[in-house]
Amino acid sequence: MIIKTKKNISGNEITDPQVFRDRRKLIKALLALTTAGSGIGSVFAASDYAEPGRLAHNGLANNLVLTPKGLIQNYTNYYEFSFNKQDATKLAQKLPIDPWSVEISGEVEKGGVFNLEDILSGQTLQEYIYRFRCVEAWSMVIPWMGFPLGGLLKRAQPLSTAKFVKFTSVYLPEIMPNQKNDAMLDWPYVEGLRIDEAMHPLTLLAVGVYGDTLPKQNGAPLRLVVPWKYGFKSIKAIVKIELLKRAPITSWSGFAPKDYGFYANVNPSVPHSRWSQYSERVLGSGFFTPRRETELFNGYGEQVAGLYKHMDLHHFF
Amino acid sequence: MIINNLKTKITILCYLPLLWLTVDILLSNLGSNPIQALHIRLGDWALRFLCITLAITPLQTITSWRGMANYRRMFGLFTFAYATLHVLVYLSVDHFFVWQVIAIDIIESPYIWFGVIAYLIIFALALTTSKRSQKYMGKYWKKLHRLIYFAAGAVIIHYFWQLKGNLLEPLFYALIITLLLVFRLLVIIKSRQLARLMIPRGRLVETNNSIE
Repeated sequence: MIIKTKKNISGNEITDPQVFRDRRKLIKALLALTTAGSGIGSVFAASDYAEPGRLAHNGLANNLVLTPKGLIQNYTNYYEFSFNKQDATKLAQKLPIDPWSVEISGEVEKGGVFNLEDILSGQTLQEYIYRFRCVEAWSMVIPWMGFPLGGLLKRAQPLSTAKFVKFTSVYLPEIMPNQKNDAMLDWPYVEGLRIDEAMHPLTLLAVGVYGDTLPKQNGAPLRLVVPWKYGFKSIKAIVKIELLKRAPITSWSGFAPKDYGFYANVNPSVPHSRWSQYSERVLGSGFFTPRRETELFNGYGEQVAGLYKHMDLHHFF
Repeated sequence: MIINNLKTKITILCYLPLLWLTVDILLSNLGSNPIQALHIRLGDWALRFLCITLAITPLQTITSWRGMANYRRMFGLFTFAYATLHVLVYLSVDHFFVWQVIAIDIIESPYIWFGVIAYLIIFALALTTSKRSQKYMGKYWKKLHRLIYFAAGAVIIHYFWQLKGNLLEPLFYALIITLLLVFRLLVIIKSRQLARLMIPRGRLVETNNSIE
C-alpha cells in the first residue's frame, strides 16, 4: 500500500544558487517544504514523527504504524562496514557523502556523471510510507522521502535495448573495513532490477527518512527502495546506475544463488534455504506479540503482481 | 565444607547471566530487536554451559582430580535450564503461542530442526540426570549421555545456519567443541593402545574396549 502525503514540491522551485551549492541544505530545504507543508495543514509536520506508534492516517492507510525513528537508525545491515548492525551504524558515520555524484550509463541516450544536486533538481520529492521487509524476517514501516526512479531513468532516455538496470554502491576500502578485508561478498555491492520493475512508480530513490536527510547508516545520500522486494535489493549509497541488455549478477545472488534470487520478491511461500519467510517480527512491537504473517509482494501485490503474471515465482524467486 | 562453599559460589555464578538479562530487560537495554536479543542471549548461554559441561571430563583427566562429576551434572542442568528458557522465549515472547505460525516456522527452517534435535537430547539427559536413574539404566546411561556430543554438533549447525554473514562466533564455539571432542578421542585411542599392550603375546584374549 502506498501512502503519500498530499504535499510535494518540485526541486525546480528552489532556485537560490546559495542553496544549490550545499547539497545537504538543498535536501533539507526540499524536505522542509515537503513536510512542513506550504499553506496546507501539516499532517506530517516533522515534530509528529517523534511519537512512535502513530498511524499513518490517509484514506489508504491500513495498519501501517510507523516504526520509531531510533529503531530505523539503529537496526540496519551495512556489510561494507560490519556484519554487526550496531557496529555498522557507528562505522558508517565515517562515510564522506558530500560532494556526491552518480554515473548514469549503458543503454541510454543521455548518460554522464551527475552531481547529486543535478539529479534531484528535476525531481519531485515526496513522502512514501512503505513496509520494509528484510530477508532476515523482520520488518519496519518507514516514511521515506524520495522520488520515483522511473523519472530519473526517463531523463537519461533509455534505448530500446535497455532491459535491466544495475546499481552499484560506493567502493571506499579505506573507509569500509569489509571491503578492505575482501570479506564475504564481492565488493562493491551490486543490485539489479528488470527495467519494468525499475520504472514502476513504487520504486524509489530515497534521500531522506522521517522528514530529514538519510542517516549515513541508512544509505545516505541516495539509496534505492523497492518495497515489494527483500531489503537487500534496496541498495545504499548509489554511485552508478547502468542500463543493460542482460541481467547483472547481483551481490547476494552471486554469493549464494540458492538462497538469494535475482528477483527476491517478498514471498511467504518461498522459504530461504535455511529459514522460513512465512512470518516476520515487526520491529517496535513488544514482548508477547505474535509475529506478522508475511504477505506476498510484501502487501503490494495489487500494484506489482502484474509484472510477474506468467512467471513461476518458486523458480524465479 | 570448602568444596560446598565453592559449589555454592559457582551455582550463584551460573545464575548471574539470568540476572544480567533481567536487568537488561528492565532497563530496555536489549537494542532495537529486544525479542531476538533475548532469545539469542539465552541460546548463547546454553551453548556456553554446554561447552563448560563438556570441558569437565578432560579437565578431570588432565588434573586427575576426581571430585568434578558433581560439577558436570550441575553445569549440565544449567545448560538445560538456559536451553529451556531459550525455547520458551521462542514460543511465548516471540510467537505468543500462535501454533500454526510456529509449526510452519519450524518445518520451513532447517536451522531450527537442529535446535530441536539438540534440545530433545539435552532434555533426555536432564530427565535421566539423577543417580537413581544412572543406577537403573546401567550401561545404557553412559551410552545415552554420550549423545551430548551430538547435541553439541547440532547446536553448532543451529548457530551457523541462522546467520547470513558473521561466522566468527559460531566458529569459535565449533573450535572449542572440536578440541574437546578430539581430546576425548585421543584418550580413547591411547587407552586402547595401552589395553593392546597388555595382551600377552601368542594368546587370544577377548578385550573390553569400553575403557575411556
